[in-house]
Amino acid sequence: MVPKESIMSSRERILSAIAGVVTEEKKLPEIPDFRLSGDLEELFTRSIMGNKGEVLSKEEFEKWLPSMHLSKVISLSSHFENHSTLPLPIDPHELEDLGLAILDGQFGVAENGAIWLEDSNLGLRALPFITEHLVIVLDRNKLVETMHQGYDLIGDAKSGFGLFIAGPSKTADIEQSLVIGAHGAKSLRVVLV
Amino acid sequence: MSHPENATEFLKDQDRSKWHDETLWFVRDKRDRISKTIPEWEQLRELASQIKDNVLANLGSYLEDFERNALENGIKIHWASDAEEHNQHVLRILQEKNCKAIVKSKSILTEECHLNPYLEKQGIEVVDTDLGERIVQFLNQPPSHIVLPAIHLKKGEISDLFHEKLHTEKGNNDPTYLTQAARIHLREKFLGAKVAITGVNFGIAETGEFVVCTNEGNADMGVHLADVHIACMGIEKILPRRKDLAVFLRLLARSATGQPITNYNSHFRSPSPGKEIHIILVDNGRTAQLAREKFKNSLKCIRCGACMNTCPIYRRSGGFSYGSTVPGPIGSILSPGLDMKKHSTLPFASTLCGSCSDVCPVKINIHEQLYEWRQEITKTHGEFGKGLSMKLASGIFKSPLAYKISGSLMRSALKTLPDSLIYHPLNTWGKSRNLPDTPKETFQQWYQKNRS
Repeated sequence: MVPKESIMSSRERILSAIAGVVTEEKKLPEIPDFRLSGDLEELFTRSIMGNKGEVLSKEEFEKWLPSMHLSKVISLSSHFENHSTLPLPIDPHELEDLGLAILDGQFGVAENGAIWLEDSNLGLRALPFITEHLVIVLDRNKLVETMHQGYDLIGDAKSGFGLFIAGPSKTADIEQSLVIGAHGAKSLRVVLV
Repeated sequence: MSHPENATEFLKDQDRSKWHDETLWFVRDKRDRISKTIPEWEQLRELASQIKDNVLANLGSYLEDFERNALENGIKIHWASDAEEHNQHVLRILQEKNCKAIVKSKSILTEECHLNPYLEKQGIEVVDTDLGERIVQFLNQPPSHIVLPAIHLKKGEISDLFHEKLHTEKGNNDPTYLTQAARIHLREKFLGAKVAITGVNFGIAETGEFVVCTNEGNADMGVHLADVHIACMGIEKILPRRKDLAVFLRLLARSATGQPITNYNSHFRSPSPGKEIHIILVDNGRTAQLAREKFKNSLKCIRCGACMNTCPIYRRSGGFSYGSTVPGPIGSILSPGLDMKKHSTLPFASTLCGSCSDVCPVKINIHEQLYEWRQEITKTHGEFGKGLSMKLASGIFKSPLAYKISGSLMRSALKTLPDSLIYHPLNTWGKSRNLPDTPKETFQQWYQKNRS
């Protein structure tokens, strides 16, 4: 007869090994609603700058954009609908030489500068990574204090993909020297409207 | 090779070991400074610890919830009892997709399973895309630190390496220039890969989603351009609720590098239309560790590396001295569970100062477990070389007279011993150590004068 062990699937083997461990009950704690004091816009701006991003007003952004002479721009932002120079492709590989993506963020977190975006904001999931420069447009009334309020806002949203972006792509893997623009976007500008 | 032998190798280059020590201390200091800006820091650590306690007490049911929800979201789930089975799952998926080249972002688990050599033997090109990991991959080395994989290398060496592999200018040591060269090189790999592999930072039982954190954006560059995303996940990476992520994301990057959050924190719930996500849930010794009452807490680890940055032994002996996938204090309590004989010297590679436990964001009692492993190993493998001096010391401590005499002898000896004797090559104790200044009087003398 084949021993039971060998005909068990790995799933059964792992789950039965866990079930065989005697454990005492450990309660799942409730998480307090930790807050932050101070001016949210100021704190958020400081956080983004710490992450090597920039915060701009709408006017500053409109001055900055033409100075960049970017030929390939995709804007999915409801605030800057007319800035696209090409349509969103079906295949993200075609975005290889994209100069700028302009996207709407859903909310920002003051304690660390993290901005939440979901599939509905991204068009293609590769977009904020493959673009050379990234601009996220954020309603200044959509700032929360800490990550706890951030996840309260996300609630049980069912987007297939969502992410917090807090700055440009960066690395310090060579002798701990900070370099901006590792694989993803070389810059992040947040436009508060 | 044992830890002391490997450490001796690393210490031969004194400038490098000094730089290594200071650089990691700098990272530790950044962690300290940012943690002090969060008034509830200690509460967050306690919460994280309690959440992980709850996970370990209910791991089976959380894994079943996670699986059910992920399946409902359109993710495919595979279970692997050990490294071999994990690697077989990956290979089978690659063969089904007729895929010969993959990109991989940082995953300690795939290092633990030795996935790269396994796939390479099958003729598959594996490209590690984290810059530090790509550097050590070029050198055929494993990472020497779980967060800073190439921390043992100097920029001149990386420049030479890139000159050879990527044809950068000889002698150009500028990190920005070198990073740009890697960006161009890896972009080509990202654009060409049909399958991308990532690790998993957190898997959420109630939603079936998982979270991957990077600063470089390399995980996302890989998976969003590929048709298939394979996520390799240790079964202990589960968190019960989505809102638990707030606690862990607040702790992770602050503990790891002293930054408030990683720049990219991606939550994968279901694949894009027409694409696939696979999760491989791996045991590989974790259920055995769960069954060891004294050591199960090591499974709470979120791989931030803070215990390495703070450890006086790790900083001075380098990651390779441990000879295990996860080095440093946490590796020294995880690795003996996998192979006690091979890793028998690791729990001794510690001063038991407790700094690792103090900085651990999930409050693992690392130094206590190091001490416990010493008991286990000594029981199994008998006495070690340090035994003799310990016996000598024990003789001195047992006799009050011997203690008094030896004390006054030491005080004068420390003052008068010539450096040549202390730093004599035969005296291994003197390596990379300085003698302390000696007090003028004994504690007993001081007490008589001041307190009696």
